[in-house]
Amino acid sequence: MQYMLLIYGGEAAMQGRSKQEIDQVVGAFMAYTEAMKSAGVLVGSNRLRPTSTATTVRVADGKTQVLNGPYAETREQLGGYYLIEAPDLDAALSWASRCPGAAYGTIEVRPIWQM
Amino acid sequence: MRRGSGDVGAAADAVVRRSYGKLVAFLASRTGDVAAAEDALSDAFAAALADWPANGVPANPEGWLAVVARRKIIDSGRRRRHVDEAAAPLRLIAEELEAVNIAADIPDERLRLMFACAHPAIDPVIRAPLILQTILGFDAAAIGSAFLVAPATMGQRLVRAKTKIREAGIPFRVPEASELGERLDAVLSAIYAVFAEGWSDPAGAETRQRSLAEEGIWLGRLVVSLLPGEPEALGLLALMLHAEARREARRNADGDYVPLADQDPARWDASLIDEAEGILLRASAMGVVGRYQLEAAIQSAHVSQRLTGRTEWGAIERLYDALLTITGSPVVAVNHAVAIGESSGAEAGLAALDAIANDTRLAAYQPYWAARAELLARSGDAAAAALAYQQAIGLESDPAVRRFLQQRRAALRVN
Repeated sequence: MQYMLLIYGGEAAMQGRSKQEIDQVVGAFMAYTEAMKSAGVLVGSNRLRPTSTATTVRVADGKTQVLNGPYAETREQLGGYYLIEAPDLDAALSWASRCPGAAYGTIEVRPIWQM
Repeated sequence: MRRGSGDVGAAADAVVRRSYGKLVAFLASRTGDVAAAEDALSDAFAAALADWPANGVPANPEGWLAVVARRKIIDSGRRRRHVDEAAAPLRLIAEELEAVNIAADIPDERLRLMFACAHPAIDPVIRAPLILQTILGFDAAAIGSAFLVAPATMGQRLVRAKTKIREAGIPFRVPEASELGERLDAVLSAIYAVFAEGWSDPAGAETRQRSLAEEGIWLGRLVVSLLPGEPEALGLLALMLHAEARREARRNADGDYVPLADQDPARWDASLIDEAEGILLRASAMGVVGRYQLEAAIQSAHVSQRLTGRTEWGAIERLYDALLTITGSPVVAVNHAVAIGESSGAEAGLAALDAIANDTRLAAYQPYWAARAELLARSGDAAAAALAYQQAIGLESDPAVRRFLQQRRAALRVN
């Protein structure tokens, strides 16, 4: 099965970190990504730019609305994701628990709807 | 060996009781789909009721049902869109069934099914109902009435939980040693919830509830037989057997409630107590203490008066103290206060109850008020005791216990 690991964390706290702290976090994520690759579970992954760069689009009554900002203002924001191949939920949860983002935020694990 | 049609109903019942969970576990752990396994099995049981009276009960009813259920799953898989997705596990089932065909047993994977039902991704309140349904085949109406939930609501919750198992890919697996403790705890607490629902009907008047206590013990035995090295699984079984041993003694010949202190030890089931004591001994030899072993040890201390003629209240108080440290439960705190009242006097017991009186969960908890009333009465405050009894009477649902509390309250005026 495929699972999406959605990484939520506080952007403000992240931006307030020192260069050294950010390097440390980025290094941890690189090691995590490498570990996933060598285990053969990684399908895809990306880091997202902060929600200040987000734009939302919605079509209501045939009219397209374009709004500045994220879908919702939340305490923690979606900062990136990993798409992985795992035999079952326990395996996916085990990978989620190793994600560096789990230590300062929340990882939401969602099964992919296979079409 | 084939039997006549007269025995078919009884034979079918026996197969359901023994095989239902095994067959659900066998089918569901290969497809990941509990609901489909249950549907297929229910079709298979219907087919059995049509076939067996005419052709006799097959030599291996379990294998017969597994083969028919598998065919039903394949048929419904063909009707669905994702045939390819379902094909691989179904081929596996087919090959396995041919291998075990007729003579051999279907492998027992009920423990895996229980771990799936009590997975941390499943809402804790639905775990016990889910185990009752998948392992024992109870329907949503029966489970709903046992847990005081509307049948339709219970049905929806069960469906939602099974959908989650299938779509989130919750595995059917006994967890590895590193996480077994925590995960086993969820399974044990679901089993205890099953037992407690049955135990709450002391008269055994409601046969459905009475049987829930027996089913809880049956599940407890099953877990112990499959995980013999787990002290808490043994502790839970010992606890349930101890409680079950005193079931009859909780009512006198007139159907009136008899509190533990006034029970006739001769009416306790000595063989169940002996079995519970032996199991608890096995558990304590493993050297890892836990909640269920402590609760069983408290039961054991209560029944020690069977031999010594006196209850070991000091020991019981210390055991409750340890249990309170582990659980932090207000229910345990009430029992702890009662034990203090017995070992150190009514005033000390009341002080312990006062210390937890602010817990809002206790306001509607009958045993808290009954304990308070009892301790107040013993300390000589009849007026306050009467008020507390009144509260307890208003909160009790069992008519026999209500009568008992009313008698205690009436006795206050006489004194």
